Amino acid sequence: MLSVTDLRVAYGQSEALHGLTFEVGQAEIVAVVGRNGMGKSTLMKSLMGLVPTRGGHVTFDGADITALPSHTRVARGLAYVPQGRMIFSTMTVQENIETGLFVRQRKAVPADIYTLFPVLQEMRGRYGGNLSGGQQQQLAIARALATEPKLLILDEPTEGIQPNIIQEMARTLRRIRDERNLSILCSEQVLSFALDIADRVLVIEGGRIVHQDRRADIDAELVARYLAV
Amino acid sequence: MGGYSLTDLVSIMAMQGFAGLILFSVFVLMALGLAIIFGQMGVINMAHGEFLILGAYMTYICSHVVQTYAPALFPVYFFAAVLLAFGASFLLGIVVEWLLIRHLYKRPLDTLLATWGLSLILQQIYRSIFGAREVGVELPPWMMGALQATDTIQIPINGLIVMGLTVIITIGVYLLIYRSRWGKQIRAVTGNRVMAGAVGIDTDRIDRYTFGIGCGIAGVAGAAFTMIGSTSPTAGQLYIVDTFLVVVFGGAASLLGTIASAFTISQARSTLEFFLSGSMAQVLVLLTVVGILMLRPQGLFTLKVRR
Ligand SMILES: Nc1ncnc2c1ncn2[C@@H]1O[C@H](COP(=O)(O)OP(=O)(O)OP(=O)(O)O)[C@@H](O)[C@H]1O
Ligand SMILES: [Mg+2]
Repeated sequence: MLSVTDLRVAYGQSEALHGLTFEVGQAEIVAVVGRNGMGKSTLMKSLMGLVPTRGGHVTFDGADITALPSHTRVARGLAYVPQGRMIFSTMTVQENIETGLFVRQRKAVPADIYTLFPVLQEMRGRYGGNLSGGQQQQLAIARALATEPKLLILDEPTEGIQPNIIQEMARTLRRIRDERNLSILCSEQVLSFALDIADRVLVIEGGRIVHQDRRADIDAELVARYLAV
Repeated sequence: MGGYSLTDLVSIMAMQGFAGLILFSVFVLMALGLAIIFGQMGVINMAHGEFLILGAYMTYICSHVVQTYAPALFPVYFFAAVLLAFGASFLLGIVVEWLLIRHLYKRPLDTLLATWGLSLILQQIYRSIFGAREVGVELPPWMMGALQATDTIQIPINGLIVMGLTVIITIGVYLLIYRSRWGKQIRAVTGNRVMAGAVGIDTDRIDRYTFGIGCGIAGVAGAAFTMIGSTSPTAGQLYIVDTFLVVVFGGAASLLGTIASAFTISQARSTLEFFLSGSMAQVLVLLTVVGILMLRPQGLFTLKVRR
């Protein structure tokens, strides 16, 4: 489905990703774990075309998307839930979700999105900026789902979210995968969450993938050591 | 203000108020266009006055063509002129965005310089095509009349028409931005350009047409402008400063603020001008605006939401 080969990304002179190679399969959930500043967000942004790629290739569904602008990537089936959520704060909840509909030429928010996040239906008339952190996270996911993605990219979805809601979010993400049969690529610092949702875990350090394992045979202690400061 | 009785004063205020209607309309339309463009892409369009003048020249051309080739239609030519003015400024806006502005989005200072340069280029083009002399536009007789409201108060008909036009366009802009699908995309790009792209919105396309619409509205302002001033290559320069004032005073993000501030400034100008010289009135207005902005730097109106 998604295949990344020798991906290199730089901010000006300093290279942040030094040649990443990995794949995400159909309906697979892959977690990318790593400490602060290791390049998780950079990876997610470059997959969305938000930072320019210096080298390597990204193919999606068999087509090379390395040089496409972000809105065409969305049209191809990528969707993005950024770190910090980036809700349109001066638009209502419903309008926020509707921004994801344009790329599919749809007019009304599909009912199953509100089924997934009932609280958003209750609050659909409120400004996005006036929601709590957890609600904004749900809104960001709902907005991404409105684009009918094949691959959902989430950047640290648990950041700033209360622990009891984190478990619920893991359940929701798995439910989304099961119901829609889509793939999920998720960056994380919280190992328990990553182990909870992922079929496969990649460890990123200093802009390189230093370890990867399927969940069945993962050595949690080893991964935890990578995450320890 | 000696020598005027109270009823005189009321009449004067009312008459000058109505006389200020067209100026008010020009301000509102200019400020709307400028604010849309600034809000959407952070570009301060120094050439906005020249888009106004393009609209004014289009009105001038339209009036002459109609008078020469279809005099029977002369009474209603103004409405065709408005459409033509919008269309011409809209198209020029789109071309300018494509040729110039889109390359400079990440460099706000450069857009300031570039659009200033553009304004000089446009002035020269106007001079070459239409000559340096001022041209005036003739209005059909029925638009020149006035309604006699009371013994001492007359309401000019052309003022009412321009006012009506402004109301329609303002409502149209409101509906476009807050009710239409297009407007939703504009607001998303305004709110967070990068994120708008990442939810699948083609931000380049939205930018281009939004810039065009902003310029088109300036063109309509130009059609209205022909009723209060004569058109010359540099006449737009007289209005650009006032328009900036209106936008800043109103609070750049608020439609209501823009209207209120255009109303305040145009009415203050036209009322004071009756008693004082024009430049004295200008100075007084400017000082008042500066004073108020010191108390409320965010402008008259702001939106209450966490960002
Ligand atoms: N806009 C930028 N300009 C320059 N360097 C940057 C920029 N953004 C990130 N970097 C650098 O790139 C590296 C990777 O940063 P990135 O944001 O991808 O890390 P991260 O793993 O997402 O961290 P966190 O867990 O804190 O979100 C860091 O060394 C960072 O300093
Ligand atoms: Mg990050």
